Amino acid sequence: MDILTLFIVVPVITIIALVFAKNLKQARLVSVLGMGIQFLMSLNLIYAYFNERKVNDDIMVFTKDYMWFEQFNIHYAIGVDGISVAMIVLSALVVLAGVFISWKMEELPKEFFISLIILATGVFGFFISIDLFTMFVFYEIAVIPMYLLIGIWGSGQKEYSAMKLTLMLMGASALLLVGILGIYFNSNADGGALTFNILEIAQVNIPLEAQKLFFPLTFIGFAVLGAMFPFHTWSPDGHASAPTAVSMLHAGVLMKLGGYGVFRVAMYLLPLGAVSWSNFFIVLSVIGVFYGALAAVKQTDLKYINAYSSVSHLSMVLFALLMLNKTAWTGAILQSLSHGFMTALFFALIGMLYSRTHTRDVTKMGGLLKVIPFISVMYVIAGLASLGLPGFSGFMAEMQIFVGAFQNEGMFHRVATIITISAIVVTAVYILRVVGMMLMGPIKNDNHLNLSKATWYEKTGVILLLIPIVFMGVVPIWLSDMIRESIQPFIERML
Amino acid sequence: MDFTYTVLIPLIPLAVFLLLGLNYNKIKPAISGWIGSLGLFSSLVLSYYTAYQYFLVVGKNADGVYQQFIYKWRWMSFTDTLQIDMGVMIDQISVMMLIVVSTISFMVHLYSRGYMKGDPGYTKFFAFLSLFTFSMMGLVLATNLFQIYIFWELVGVSSFLLIGYYYTKPSAVAAAKKAFIVTRFADLGFLIGILIVGYYSGSFDFQTINALDGPVIGNWASTTFIGLSVFTWAMILIFIGGAGKSAMFPLHIWLPDAMEGPTPVSALIHAATMVVAGVYLVARLFPIFHFVDDGYALNIVMWVGAISSLFAAIIALTQNDIKRVLAFSTMSQIGYMMLALGVSKYEGHGGLGYMASMFHLFTHAMFKALLFLGAGSIIHAVHSNFLKDMGGLRKYMPITHITFLIAALSISGVPFFAGFFSKDEILVAAFQHNKIVYIITLLVAGLTAFYMFRLYFGIFWGEDKKYEHIPHEAPKSMTFPLIFLAFMSIAAGYIHFSEYVTADNKPFEIYLNYPLAAIAVTVGFLGILLAYVFYKKPSELPVKVSNAFGSLYKWAYHKFYIDEVYMFVTKEIIFKRISTPFAWFDKKIVDGTMDLIGNSTIASAKGIKGMQSGKVQDYAFAFIAGVVVLVMIFIYNSMI
Repeated sequence: MDILTLFIVVPVITIIALVFAKNLKQARLVSVLGMGIQFLMSLNLIYAYFNERKVNDDIMVFTKDYMWFEQFNIHYAIGVDGISVAMIVLSALVVLAGVFISWKMEELPKEFFISLIILATGVFGFFISIDLFTMFVFYEIAVIPMYLLIGIWGSGQKEYSAMKLTLMLMGASALLLVGILGIYFNSNADGGALTFNILEIAQVNIPLEAQKLFFPLTFIGFAVLGAMFPFHTWSPDGHASAPTAVSMLHAGVLMKLGGYGVFRVAMYLLPLGAVSWSNFFIVLSVIGVFYGALAAVKQTDLKYINAYSSVSHLSMVLFALLMLNKTAWTGAILQSLSHGFMTALFFALIGMLYSRTHTRDVTKMGGLLKVIPFISVMYVIAGLASLGLPGFSGFMAEMQIFVGAFQNEGMFHRVATIITISAIVVTAVYILRVVGMMLMGPIKNDNHLNLSKATWYEKTGVILLLIPIVFMGVVPIWLSDMIRESIQPFIERML
Repeated sequence: MDFTYTVLIPLIPLAVFLLLGLNYNKIKPAISGWIGSLGLFSSLVLSYYTAYQYFLVVGKNADGVYQQFIYKWRWMSFTDTLQIDMGVMIDQISVMMLIVVSTISFMVHLYSRGYMKGDPGYTKFFAFLSLFTFSMMGLVLATNLFQIYIFWELVGVSSFLLIGYYYTKPSAVAAAKKAFIVTRFADLGFLIGILIVGYYSGSFDFQTINALDGPVIGNWASTTFIGLSVFTWAMILIFIGGAGKSAMFPLHIWLPDAMEGPTPVSALIHAATMVVAGVYLVARLFPIFHFVDDGYALNIVMWVGAISSLFAAIIALTQNDIKRVLAFSTMSQIGYMMLALGVSKYEGHGGLGYMASMFHLFTHAMFKALLFLGAGSIIHAVHSNFLKDMGGLRKYMPITHITFLIAALSISGVPFFAGFFSKDEILVAAFQHNKIVYIITLLVAGLTAFYMFRLYFGIFWGEDKKYEHIPHEAPKSMTFPLIFLAFMSIAAGYIHFSEYVTADNKPFEIYLNYPLAAIAVTVGFLGILLAYVFYKKPSELPVKVSNAFGSLYKWAYHKFYIDEVYMFVTKEIIFKRISTPFAWFDKKIVDGTMDLIGNSTIASAKGIKGMQSGKVQDYAFAFIAGVVVLVMIFIYNSMI
């Protein structure tokens, strides 16, 4: 079996094994095993990728192509470049950490882990696909379990949130489907056969009018998942109601499908559309960056704060993609990765805090640094990483974006860039507000005097997520160069 | 000579930080104090060795010009030409700063072993000190703008952690947050400035951008924005960053609050090293500041420095918390350094201001750290920060008394003390360049002498206050740094700075300007005399005088209400008028629209639900009606 298909096979086997699990212990053991293997495979994939790159300078490597549905020329076509490899590692790590964080899932554990891993399967499938249709199928596989995971294992107004999230994402998929079909029916513009294969479509000159028509559909279709303003409102409610591991996976991985899809499909296949629409969407993304940050300043629920922070950070990804140059795009991918690890870490820590204090209201907590030092210190580190402190992943991603955005001359781009940069101050405000209120200061609630310390499985999950944040921040050159090289063929389409 | 080993100077403290930080609950306090101090001692030895090699052995080339030694490694690339390097740059000011940072940091380490004794976070404290020292060394040695920015942020976060060291105290938390956010706001300017320099010059490297025939200085007039070179704008923006870190008006508001941190931290970070980073930054980019647009940006530096020094000196007269007096004094003295840079020229003796600024930075580090450590020793003894709780302490704390006096004499510019020499050069430079600035400098010199001796007489003379227990001299671990720094507060003045640190890298001769020195000394002595009359013995005089000044006194006491202005802008305008409506808008309008769409879908579904009646005749009717409509459309189309 080829190296990429295994990334779908292993989760499927895990799911089958889970069906036979009898209790929580077996379920989590099976999940850790399956996802642990998945994670090791992803590390091996990096190694294999670097070796393959030495001899192979195709856009995608490890490609495989099987006919799936001949009538419409739909293939199961897979392949990866540096960007998808990085995304796969991110996903594998976040899923594994998510399993550790859900170690004590009491309610319907088997079903929970099954849904979680179905979601993961969709994500992995999405990242390895180079056929638009297959990609879309995997995308839907990833989105659907979300409804169950929030509706069943969630908290608060979970039905409303689950419904809202699913409907908005489904609405987006509808636009996306139209966009994809639009691309498909124009893929014979140069006289070839109709195709869904991304690499083949990229050789075709799709007419300008069609690009202008289908770019916004495809862009919005994906960007809703990336919390684009004004279609971001599913995200705060969804996160607030979701159980911890689901929030982690959702913000850490699933939302990344948005930016990745924009990059891989909208930008790559419809470059002329991107150029003509970019200013419009830049305005929306800049609003998202600033607006998300400002909204986070006002919130008191930790999950809402983090959800709005995600809106801000991911709008920055869209902003960077719309800057249409190599440096900014490298930044966009790095920011996606960095945000994935950071936000998963945040949600994991919020889950731990909530399970101990039974509140997520920052105004009701105080002085936790003294009581639960490990969790608190990790929260401070996650916060510092999130506000872009050098030495953590956020900094180098943001700097790539800013330097890239600054390559665009012209008043419009300059103003947009400066507004976006200013958001880093607001980020510092809402991060330090939480740290100051919740972790420092006197202990506000006597019930918080004796909270239990972090357990080994919690620590494992947290440290798994922290390692890449620090690694990317301290030695960024390997990752950023790997991504820069992979960006090259994509940016050439823009010129 | 290969200076590659200098990378160890920051890396040793980093290793200490990691060692202590990762094992903070396993290492015994006594041992962690030793690890921290020993680690820093090795950095200190390397720094002094580097200084010896650079200044006295290999620094100058055959023409007697100091050269730069640069070692760097690529850290991340942006484009094929723009990149961030990490490395070390050995030149005049970086080596001088190494001496300052390592000396003060080592003294503070030794001192803290006594001062922090028994504190539950002892190991954590030393870990943070090492983190700070690492960041500061990295900042000083930076080879390019981005590296300096990276370490700039890291010293900011170390400062945040150390100000908030007593984290259960709400005032300390607030102060830490304030310091971080205000400086980060200023850093926004810094970052945008860096981006401008990088974009228009194609490099972040100091060596390239400072080169006299390089892409910046050789080519500044080619791209302009609203009448000024883009590089002038960049320098103004970068200076905003520097002004934030160096607590220049109006970005100074965090510094007085930062005194919430432990006193050794105030000595190290908020007096001697981090707060002069802004001065260092301007000095680092001095050729650009000076040459682009004929020194337009440098003029701004001069005025900001002059205004800050006067403003802070006036406030310092009225404060009662001794650490806050010292904080405003620091701000005032940094204003001196800034204005000295501002009045400087580039070549030869014209670069006197530059030299004087660096000289003052050096001597100020010594005597201001001494003042803070002395204040720490006093606070340690009387358990209060306030002047009203102190008096007559000279009997109980002889070493603290004498060393504090030396520092006070030094900062007041009394002849034969270090501060006299450096301040005199600043006054001469100001006199040659701008008479108004000179008068401000002179005025500040008088005010400085007055408020310093107000402190001195208030603390050590006058009557004893009611002490909980009899105050005692600090332990040896604390008095040794005091004695060493007192020695430096005299000796540092006799270094021939113009031999070593100059704007154009060429040594030049300086001489004392006797008339100007005489004027300055007279003004200083007047200040001391006035303080003697006011505060040597308790009297009604100070109250009467402050009443005579009326509202001016009140304004100064309340720090000219700058904090209140900021509070108004952030709380009332940004939080209430912007952030709150945003949140409302998000909930009601954006989300409301989404809910509306959802609800109207449900409503319309209810509306059309009736059609799915299940009755065949209804469907048949609909079917036939449809066919009829279609047929009519076809007929209509074919008729046209």
